[in-house]
Amino acid sequence: MIDNLIINTVLIHLFTAITQLIFWRKTVTQRILSVAGCFFGLVSAIRLFYKVYNQGILTMNAANWDAPFGIVFVADLFSSTLVLLTAIAGISVSIFSATGIGRARMLYGYFPIFHFLMMGLNGAFLTGDIFNLYVWFEVIIISSFVLMTLGGRKAQLEGAVKYMAMNILASTFFLTGIGILYGLTGSLNMASLALEVPKISNQALINITAMFFLIGFGIKSAVFPLYFWLPSSYHTPPSAVAATFGGLLTKVGIYALFRVFTLIFTPDEFMKGTFIVLAVMTILTGAFGALIKDNIRRLFSYLIVCHIGFMIGGLGLYTTLAITGAIFYLIHDIMVKTNLFLIAGLIRQLRGSMHMGKLGGIYAAYPKISLLIAVVIFSLVGIPPLSGFWPKIYLFNASFASQQWFYVAAILIGSIVTLYVIAKFWAQVFWKDACDDEIIVDNFQNLSKFKKGLLVVPILLMASVSVYIGLNAEVIIQVSTRISNELMEKTPYIQAVLGT
Amino acid sequence: MELLLVFLIGVLYAAGVYLILRRSMVKLLLGIMLFGNATNILIFLLGNIVKGKPPIIGADFKVFQDIYADPIPQALILTAIVISFGLTAFAIVLLKRVYALINSDDLDDLNTPEEEDI
Repeated sequence: MIDNLIINTVLIHLFTAITQLIFWRKTVTQRILSVAGCFFGLVSAIRLFYKVYNQGILTMNAANWDAPFGIVFVADLFSSTLVLLTAIAGISVSIFSATGIGRARMLYGYFPIFHFLMMGLNGAFLTGDIFNLYVWFEVIIISSFVLMTLGGRKAQLEGAVKYMAMNILASTFFLTGIGILYGLTGSLNMASLALEVPKISNQALINITAMFFLIGFGIKSAVFPLYFWLPSSYHTPPSAVAATFGGLLTKVGIYALFRVFTLIFTPDEFMKGTFIVLAVMTILTGAFGALIKDNIRRLFSYLIVCHIGFMIGGLGLYTTLAITGAIFYLIHDIMVKTNLFLIAGLIRQLRGSMHMGKLGGIYAAYPKISLLIAVVIFSLVGIPPLSGFWPKIYLFNASFASQQWFYVAAILIGSIVTLYVIAKFWAQVFWKDACDDEIIVDNFQNLSKFKKGLLVVPILLMASVSVYIGLNAEVIIQVSTRISNELMEKTPYIQAVLGT
Repeated sequence: MELLLVFLIGVLYAAGVYLILRRSMVKLLLGIMLFGNATNILIFLLGNIVKGKPPIIGADFKVFQDIYADPIPQALILTAIVISFGLTAFAIVLLKRVYALINSDDLDDLNTPEEEDI
């Protein structure tokens, strides 16, 4: 069904960014505009999700060119769910940024770039054209380069060099894959590629092309041998920026992997095996990396890598049950990881440090905030009935059914190490007495009540979404099962796009 | 023509990989640029090069009567060139700033110990 309003979320963020550029150096106006823009984005995302949930896949033909020739935007349940989650994460980060980002960064255009990034994310989720997906990826990475370097501290620039080199390389691999795919099939529309690719007689070439996509998206989503740029760059930018990156950027890579490897390429036994090996190694290396880190944001960076493996493994099992689990995990992960980095920013405001050895005594000083944070990290670890628990059950079931024992072991080890590092984090940062020889810089105390609220409310908002996901898991399971069925059974998608 | 392009692509990819594996930041940047150009020519080659056959349907016909040069790869390359132009411009400024800060062109000097000021 054609619905021209599905790109509303993209347009709202574009419009917000442009309006903010008009109010250059007027930081108060920019803050208000940013929250307002994110709010309208959220409303429009809810509307989109509601409509797609009730009416099925919606499409929009750009400039009214018919599907295989023009660029098409498609909102199926997978896309619209991710657009909704992006909107929730976006409004939280936007509110947090109002006090969490220094004025100097705002003067140099933090908010417009943030909205360009949100626009790129929404566009990447909604597009149905593989080259257009590449363009949205470039919008995302150029915005993220600026966000990462804004402020120009030494550590930031050093992290940015690694981030920049790896991401440009990933885009080049992706572009190479698109070029070969176009040469083989003569099409760029994903639905039409899904029909054309199985007809190619030389399937070995298709597998090689698939590898290009795997490497390109693998770098972006920080999969095992290609993840080293992530822990060495995500701890450098301000926490609000790191929250957007940690919660959403790697997940775009996961989204693209799921989309491309269900719709266009169907993994054969070798590909599935590759995915499982990558998943196991990603979980293990991420978990072991997290064990030795003392800086809380480096710790969280390694946890991102570790939990990426859970989702890749779900794709590698390639059963409806496994993909249901992986999608549920994706939904849970976007909320929790964004929140973790916001929490890191809040801790930095409370104590002026992010080093676990120098922190302590937050529970004694701020019991209510600590309780709120406890809910989030319990969700992350997956204490039942909170949100991390249910997807793992599904992944377990699926991997037992497929008899992938290494993956089962990896999930177990990953979960236990997560529990261990989070317990360490809790004990060191919250329970331990504050160090005597360290001077505590409590910026939070001196803030006005309103500004305190701006820092805590986004964390509360996302924590309540996490709690909702956990307690109301039945609804999320329903959504994930529908997404997983849509991914595995591609005919409705193709019909909706090509209209046949 | 095709064969020539194939060799050109191979040389560009090889040189790009070699430069990316070097420790110098400027060579890393040059390597990424060569890599991008090799990809652009690859897309051009895979779009089937046809000489002197513009993709225009004659006035008397409704469909193409002959093989024609596919305009899409060129549109793709144009987009890719513009994007890589922007990225390269950013990368050059970034590397210049990094060089001014750490006073070295060596990628191995990028690991200053953690600092605590955000």
